[in-house]
Amino acid sequence: MADTPQIDERIKEISPLRRALIRPELGGIVGTFAVFTLFALFAFDSGMFNSQGVMNWSIVSAQFMIIAVGACLLMIAGEFDLSVGSMIGFAGMMIAVFGVVLAWPMWIAIIITFVICCALGALNGWIVVRTGLPSFIVTLAFLFILRGFTIYIPQTIERKTIIGGIRDAAEGDWLAPIFGGKIGQPIFQWLGDIGVIGVFERGTRAGQPVVDGIPMLIVWAIVLIIFGHILLTRTRFGNWIFASGGDAEAARNSGVPVNKVKILMFMFTAFCATVLAVCQVMEFGSAGADRGLLKEFEAIIAVVIGGALLTGGYGSVIGAALGALIFGVVQQGLFFAGVESSLFRVFLGVILLFAVILNTYIRRIITGER
Amino acid sequence: MSASQNATPPIIQMKGIEKHFGSVIALAGVSVDVFAGECHCLLGDNGAGKSTFIKTMSGVHKPTAGEIIFEGKPLDFADPRDAITAGIATVHQHLAMIPLMSVSRNFFMGNEPVKKVAGLTFFDHDYANRVTMEEMRKMGINLRGPDQAVGTLSGGERQTVAIARAVHFGAKVLILDEPTSALGVRQTSNVLATIDKVRKQGIAVVFITHNVRHALAVGDRFTVLNRGKTLGTAKRGEITPEELQDLMAGGQELAQLEGSLGGTV
Repeated sequence: MADTPQIDERIKEISPLRRALIRPELGGIVGTFAVFTLFALFAFDSGMFNSQGVMNWSIVSAQFMIIAVGACLLMIAGEFDLSVGSMIGFAGMMIAVFGVVLAWPMWIAIIITFVICCALGALNGWIVVRTGLPSFIVTLAFLFILRGFTIYIPQTIERKTIIGGIRDAAEGDWLAPIFGGKIGQPIFQWLGDIGVIGVFERGTRAGQPVVDGIPMLIVWAIVLIIFGHILLTRTRFGNWIFASGGDAEAARNSGVPVNKVKILMFMFTAFCATVLAVCQVMEFGSAGADRGLLKEFEAIIAVVIGGALLTGGYGSVIGAALGALIFGVVQQGLFFAGVESSLFRVFLGVILLFAVILNTYIRRIITGER
Repeated sequence: MSASQNATPPIIQMKGIEKHFGSVIALAGVSVDVFAGECHCLLGDNGAGKSTFIKTMSGVHKPTAGEIIFEGKPLDFADPRDAITAGIATVHQHLAMIPLMSVSRNFFMGNEPVKKVAGLTFFDHDYANRVTMEEMRKMGINLRGPDQAVGTLSGGERQTVAIARAVHFGAKVLILDEPTSALGVRQTSNVLATIDKVRKQGIAVVFITHNVRHALAVGDRFTVLNRGKTLGTAKRGEITPEELQDLMAGGQELAQLEGSLGGTV
């Protein structure tokens, strides 16, 4: 800005601290530092920070990140999706039904699953936009509807709630490795050879590095975060997302296609849930009816820790990703540190409360409310 | 002002506008014309039909009967976007401003400038920030920065942002729906000064208010609506505040009341 700084005596200079406070990512950054410091102090020798340990919590964090990106953009657009967890279970089951039970080629099964799930996301969004009901209620209904179908369908056709054999069905498929494969094997082999990361000492895999590549799950997480962040901050559609969540009526008056934005964000959330589901079934080789349980809340918590406001219109994808990282590191870190894992939930509740209080305070600073 | 009005045709003419909602007659034949560069005040009490009238003008409602002539051509708006494209902009009572978003994001909301980088379309933040700062300075508001949230601005400043935005996007007719009704004295005078600046740029301003003093401060002509009808248009200097007040109240009751209140209403 090349303007001459004409200083209005009524405007108080804001301190760098306050300026930093209004960045939505702040909570996430501070939390990430705190969590890493804590575990570096108390669990450094536990194997948490060797290559296997890092891969372990990275994968868990990446799972949270994938759904957090979708939930984040949707929350900024002013809506919730409580059906994310059920959608994960449902999408996995669809892959199994199409790819194993009906024995269609895996790539067709994957594409059709994506189409069905995005359509369900659009239906969610359409009902919310049309009826004007809170998305909380509409997607709560879908939480039960989708979970019900996820149990009913395999029960009816296979008389069980877990369908296996997905890995065999995906053998040689061109699309499946994009979700279930790994990349960077040569680099990890090389790192193992020069001794940076450990190698197996015995057995059939002797000489191979203990971590042999980056799972596509992590690649998806990074790609989705970068995509979401650029979409939100650097495009006109991003402006529409903020506007739709900030004040839908005002946005409409300015010509923002609010309904379209909201429906597209519901679809994107469903897309993210499906990405996670496909990665999971490819990794496990099976689809279970209980997959994704409570994931919707974990996604929302990650987003809130990341600084987004529950009321919409404000937040950050990077923040949400850091929230998911905190999540993953703490969940696995407690395991490494030998702490009773049920305490993870206590931690979750406490940090959620802190995050919401901090966000409310930050919102007051931004909007200048007293 | 009156000389130029005789020479040039009005930019927008509303002829015998009627609007019925079911069995309710909200407007019963209202005719108003507005010239470029004038501030035309539309006065009326609550329920007089002011809102319905400007919504008809801005394309939100279709008139049940009557004709709108804009720049010499009859108009038939399908929706408000048509009106905005044609150059009729409305600054609503409930501002189209989002407190949590920055001034520059608000300024360009729905009309975001874009630039192409590697074939992809991005929001041109540099351009948006520069234009926002310039336009706001023209209106006499010094922002801390283009990323300052609208929530930190005062009510009057927000009105000014909304007006500056409409002007920047090529409004020829600017409809202001009660812009001063919720403001303090100082902020009101800022908004009235903004209206004056806009008028001098040759834009037709339709200023809706129920405050006679605000209207008289900037208005060139005054039209009073009462129970869905106009009681005529008066030029500046042809009408006293008391007469306007009387017309708005539509009769005698207020005249009596005013006596006991000492003319303070």
